[in-house]
Amino acid sequence: MRLQKNTSLALYGVLEFASDPARHISAAEIADKYGVSSHHLAKVLAELARSGVVESVRGAGGGYRFTGNARRLTLMDIIELFEEFTPPAAERATTDGLTPVDQALGVVLSEIDENAKATFSSITLATMLRLIERQQASAAAATPRPPNGPTEVPAGATDADTPRPPARTRPA
Amino acid sequence: MTQLSPREQHDGARARVSPDSVDALVVRPVRRADLDQVIAIDATETGLEKRRYWASVFRRYGAGGSTEPQFLVALLQGRVVGFVIGEVRDWEFGSPPCGWVFAIDVAPEARLAGVGSRLLEAISESFRRAGVRKLRTLLARDNTLILSFFRSHGMMAGSLMSLEIDLEA
Repeated sequence: MRLQKNTSLALYGVLEFASDPARHISAAEIADKYGVSSHHLAKVLAELARSGVVESVRGAGGGYRFTGNARRLTLMDIIELFEEFTPPAAERATTDGLTPVDQALGVVLSEIDENAKATFSSITLATMLRLIERQQASAAAATPRPPNGPTEVPAGATDADTPRPPARTRPA
Repeated sequence: MTQLSPREQHDGARARVSPDSVDALVVRPVRRADLDQVIAIDATETGLEKRRYWASVFRRYGAGGSTEPQFLVALLQGRVVGFVIGEVRDWEFGSPPCGWVFAIDVAPEARLAGVGSRLLEAISESFRRAGVRKLRTLLARDNTLILSFFRSHGMMAGSLMSLEIDLEA
């Protein structure tokens, strides 16, 4: 299974909104963070707004705001807004015109798809946010420190000076 | 067998348990006197009252020692509101010793209050005391609610794959 670009953008956006539900975030801010086209992202966010996952906030400081339930919405709920899944091989209405090799490959690919769907369907946005936090903590722990540790930090330096891992992976 | 339905369900017979009241929750090894309530919780979920099955589960898992099979119940004001069953299995499926959770279930009126989490923490702690550092479970792929429950506790797909085939009669 390979996610379409729109789907990836939707997931980046939704996770960004769900990580801080009270905050209004503009499409441009997310686009800038992930290095994607804000025009393209705006279309994706409009679709998320139509489905009720986010709502548009007008005026100064406007943008979008998360309106879903992060403990109930799953990755699959978002993916299904942008992707169509083929039914499992056993449920397909017809195999007319398919060779036995096509049909056998279809069975194998269905198995992969069904496992992928089960995985996406069982990971809520809240679980995903915790997973991201753990990844960030692991990345921070793996970042090499200077030989003599924090005492070498120049006077006047603050936490803001410390390099941090990116909040999200950029889309491929 | 892993059962737990965190979805909102209303049981007309009992008032819902609030998350605040879970502070008073007691988790301890099962006793024979708890079995009727365990059977009732299971029957609510499965629609089947499996008395002989549960008697055999009690004989096998009900000893309750720290390194023995674990059959734990959660009680709120003396009433059983959930249970979890598991044990440490050594070298099965080519795997080093690990703790398996076979069943977990919470009474409908006590769901979404953290009872399942407390039970999972309790059995995980007993596995840790037994020296294992891996927790596993197995459940149906379409059981997304329970999959979500385990994933919310950080569980991910493991290194084992389940395979099956229908045997001809």
